[in-house]
Amino acid sequence: MNATIRKIEDGQVIRKNVPFKVGDTVKVSLRIKEGEKERIQAYEGLVTGIQGSGGKMKFTVRKISYGVGVEKTFYYHSPMIKEVKVSRSGKVRRAKLFYLRGKLNKKDARIQEGKKALQVHSEGALETATAANVETAPAEPATAAESPKTEPAAPPKTEQAKGEKA
Amino acid sequence: MSDSVKTLIGKKVGQTTFFEESGKATHVTVLEMGPCVVIQKKTRDKEGYNALQLGFAEKKEKHTTKALQGHFKKSGATPKRFLREVRVEESASFQVGQTLTVENFKDVAWVDVTGVSKGKGFQGVVRRHGFRGGRNSHGSMFHRAPGGIGASSDPSRVYPGSRMPGHMGTQQHTVLNLRVVKVDVENNLLFVKGAISGADGGLVTVRPSVKKGIVKF
Repeated sequence: MNATIRKIEDGQVIRKNVPFKVGDTVKVSLRIKEGEKERIQAYEGLVTGIQGSGGKMKFTVRKISYGVGVEKTFYYHSPMIKEVKVSRSGKVRRAKLFYLRGKLNKKDARIQEGKKALQVHSEGALETATAANVETAPAEPATAAESPKTEPAAPPKTEQAKGEKA
Repeated sequence: MSDSVKTLIGKKVGQTTFFEESGKATHVTVLEMGPCVVIQKKTRDKEGYNALQLGFAEKKEKHTTKALQGHFKKSGATPKRFLREVRVEESASFQVGQTLTVENFKDVAWVDVTGVSKGKGFQGVVRRHGFRGGRNSHGSMFHRAPGGIGASSDPSRVYPGSRMPGHMGTQQHTVLNLRVVKVDVENNLLFVKGAISGADGGLVTVRPSVKKGIVKF
């Protein structure tokens, strides 16, 4: 890639790390402009794919809204995103979760819980969230369906065993 | 166009996605415009029309012919790789040796960009002119041929301009009405929305939009 173009793209990186991976459930806080006013709208769902890298990185978030599957793709470094919060980490074996399409049923679309540390990423610094301030997403079918009684701090051994079974 | 020339030459750097101030992601072409040096001034009295000859991109003196070396010496500028002429209404306000930068586009909202398209080589009518061709199977013996190219004994000839196979690309092509997204004076960069003809690194000419006029931001 041309050095000038790379510099332009790198200059647009406003978030240092990517706190989520494919399979995680994230809450994206979007800035919505209504005339003069600006408000924050949350969009929560499962990350079904990450496209590109650097300043042009995009990610796709899928959720089931009133029984209809909705997928939205965001530029990760877009100024329209206030923050991306990981509400649940998931364990998947695909880079793109296209197989979830058409699976509107909660049971079919469930995903094994991952063991990654939960993190919040807003503009600027990256903070590691404590388990307490990360709410799980009851609205998200994939989350809700996945063994609701399992606490995030379950021993890693159990999780791996589950992963192999799945 | 009266007191300041708004047309510059430069090169295409490449394409990328750019977040505008509004937060909108826009696909832009990045152009490196200038700095251009006025190498020669043409006047109505002498040449019959008013124009400026602009030079862009450095070139080593040893790669410059003796004749051109003398031409550059007259303007006091170092040898330039590209020379292009730009018409102006009045050339009196310009000096030979003066440098024009991308700052010229600071208050221009829409531009036209001229470039030379990528060469495609010798192409058939399907690619070159968008003919439909015939079906590939079911006994068809007509695939990508041009078909008829005219009538019979009257006129007994093929009309000039009939669309036929031939060389495609490497043609001058102007894209009109591209929005200026950003002017980066520091790095001599101009960001325009959309695509333009030609390969990265190719020479381009940018002028304020002819159809929209000089619309200020």
